[in-house]
Amino acid sequence: MSICVRNVTKRFGSFLALDDVSVDVETGSLTALLGPSGSGKSTLLRIIAGLESPDAGEIILAGENATARSPQSRGVGFVFQHYAAFKHMTVRDNIAFALKVRKRPRPEIRTRVDELIELVQLKGFGHRYPAQLSGGQRQRMALARALAAEPTVLLLDEPFGALDARVRAELRAWLRRLHEETHTTTVFVTHDQQEAMEVADSVVVMNEGRVEQVAPPRVLYDEPKNQFVMSFVGQANRFGDGWVRPHDLQVTLEPNGLTREVLIERLVHVGPEVRAELVRDDGVRLDLQIARDEADRLELAAGQIVYVRPTRERVF
Amino acid sequence: MRKTIALSYLTVVLLGPLAMLFWRIWQEGAGKAWSAISEPDTLHAFKLTIEIAAIAVPLNTIFGIVVGLAIVRTRFPGKGLVNAFVDLPLALSPVVVGLSLFLLYGRTGWIHIGQILFALPAMVLATVFVSVPYVAREVIPTLREIGDEQEQAAHTLGASGWQTFWRITLPSIRWAVIYGVVVTTARCLGEYGAVAVVSGSISGRTETATLRVQDYYENLDQAGAYGVSLMLGLIAIVVLVLMTLLKPKEGTA
Amino acid sequence: MDLRPVELGFVTTFLTVVVALPIAALVWASRADGWSGFWYWIRQPEPLSALKLTLVMAALVALTNAVFGTLIAWVLVRDSFVGQRLVNAVIDLPFALPTIVAGLLVLALYGPKSPVHVHAAFTRAAIYLVLLFVTLPFVVRTVQPVLHELDTQMEEAARSLGARELVVFTRIVLPSILPGILSGVAMAFARAVGEIGSIVIISGNRPFRTELASVWILNQTQSGNGTGAAALATLLLAISFVVLLGVGGFRRLATRHERA
Repeated sequence: MSICVRNVTKRFGSFLALDDVSVDVETGSLTALLGPSGSGKSTLLRIIAGLESPDAGEIILAGENATARSPQSRGVGFVFQHYAAFKHMTVRDNIAFALKVRKRPRPEIRTRVDELIELVQLKGFGHRYPAQLSGGQRQRMALARALAAEPTVLLLDEPFGALDARVRAELRAWLRRLHEETHTTTVFVTHDQQEAMEVADSVVVMNEGRVEQVAPPRVLYDEPKNQFVMSFVGQANRFGDGWVRPHDLQVTLEPNGLTREVLIERLVHVGPEVRAELVRDDGVRLDLQIARDEADRLELAAGQIVYVRPTRERVF
Repeated sequence: MRKTIALSYLTVVLLGPLAMLFWRIWQEGAGKAWSAISEPDTLHAFKLTIEIAAIAVPLNTIFGIVVGLAIVRTRFPGKGLVNAFVDLPLALSPVVVGLSLFLLYGRTGWIHIGQILFALPAMVLATVFVSVPYVAREVIPTLREIGDEQEQAAHTLGASGWQTFWRITLPSIRWAVIYGVVVTTARCLGEYGAVAVVSGSISGRTETATLRVQDYYENLDQAGAYGVSLMLGLIAIVVLVLMTLLKPKEGTA
Repeated sequence: MDLRPVELGFVTTFLTVVVALPIAALVWASRADGWSGFWYWIRQPEPLSALKLTLVMAALVALTNAVFGTLIAWVLVRDSFVGQRLVNAVIDLPFALPTIVAGLLVLALYGPKSPVHVHAAFTRAAIYLVLLFVTLPFVVRTVQPVLHELDTQMEEAARSLGARELVVFTRIVLPSILPGILSGVAMAFARAVGEIGSIVIISGNRPFRTELASVWILNQTQSGNGTGAAALATLLLAISFVVLLGVGGFRRLATRHERA
């Protein structure tokens, strides 16, 4: 077990950022800390890195209690949302920093920096300054910099938050591939559930300073522990006592004993699927997701009355 | 640790002398200081100081605003030279300022129009010279930060150049100008070297408050010297309070 | 927007009358006896000694305040303590206080009737102390805004990469604040070279011991040696110009990494 967080509590003034949080991160895994703003995920990451210290609890890294250790001596690599690039140093000098600080011999530094520049695909940019790079390039540089000292754990704080959508998607896939190559234990913070689901092996869902659930993405989606997790990770409809995913609603043109009547208020085609906003007979609004072929077969259109029943629902 | 070092240094260099100011005020008492101040020559000195400031400060305020606008908002040849001349008094010894005026208007100088040296005109010129930069240096960065979008908007809404200046530009820089005025006034009140050279320090005629202090000191009149300087010190504290209140808020945790 | 004739005329006339003409007259007067006359006065033992003392004192003071000014700026921006806002306000005192009063206060504290039993009046130590007073705010005020804007995440990044505190300061913080320090140092140097009001009170003006260039010039002017005074004054003028160029250069240095 690479990282053990044990009963960590942290307050900022009167604000309780982390409330008795315990989490285990498996060695070699790619884990996401997912949650809305203020859920404590960044605080937890920074405490693991040693950039903040907990009011109570312990951080155990590779079996040893690291709670009192400085960030310098924890062997973690940290990547910031806004890069924290050393503006007055070139790309090569940024990446080389950890090695220079450890007084490694020059030829070794040169080789390693070359390797890393190759790895993050910044070849030819070595002698530029961060101000001359794009956001995506800066973040790749920041990653190379963090990897230079061969950390046992790699921590990323909303690493793609400052980038535009396309670059974000590219870097997500790229991070995944990088992890498959290096197998470094990696934890990243995000508020974007799609990102967490796409990239991570395991997701820690956090809310208001507490851990709601830890599970692989699939399990999180299909078997959420509570209402918060269900509605945060994917869309969910309230249906009586239970909750139903938009794609778990079966649509028929005729009622049967189990269906409810709905009016299709709005219908949009989004690529291979159709999304609809429904209004139930008692006024409750529902979201529907259905395959395009199915929608065509039923000849669904706005203003139409149809009947729905849940094929799968969860009750908490 | 570093807090201790920093504060110790500050105490030795700055806070110690400041404390002396208060201690002296407390020690000498208002009475003795007041009698020193109410000598006719000293009263005249204060009056003269205020007169000079009353001319120099408005002049440099207007100049500071105009040159600030010129440098930030317009193009013209020789901008670097203008900038250099505006900043020069900050780096130049007041004695050099005084001497240059002395040479320009003196017996062997280039300008002979009435009584300039050893009279009010030279003292005003000296004071204006040394206090040129202050309003400009507050106005320039403020104008840069604000940008000219508001003025552009005013133009599109039909305002003339003058109206735009009065209703938009001037209000937007008013706190910078006020701060600059406070600093300029302090500089004018405290000026010594340049005025010492050009005025001849004639008691009761061409002595400012600071020259009066020097006069008392040279004549070994401790009470007089401290009396006047306590008055100046009190004014300085008022200035300091104003500066602190008007300054843009940054620089502390 | 191009400058209107009225504004340009006003600015030019004002600067010419107030600044440029007097400076021109000064430089002209220093040449009155030709170049040899100029150098004659600079090389006389008394003014030369005064000049040397001035430059050495100014350099010492500038360096001292470079170190302590940076420290004070750091403490004001990054730490917190009781009375911090008051201390921050008081830093500007040397800008608000007439220098002649400053001289008297330093004399009162470290002179004959010193309450702390330091008797340094009319010595080089006194000059050093009073110059420290008048130049204190420069480095503090140029470094504070730079420190304030510094991205602390760069320092956190350096720590997470294994750098110890001293390395974080020297490799990450210092390069960023260095232009600010240098600007402040240059201004402090120029100020110290030119200081007169407080020096007149505290230094005793003993030739070859505690006489500074500014005082020599003052004395020479008042005793009729306009040429000699003008020579040394022109030299000080040249130093001022060099300092201003330096400050402009440091400003450009500060933004060099932002101009991609």
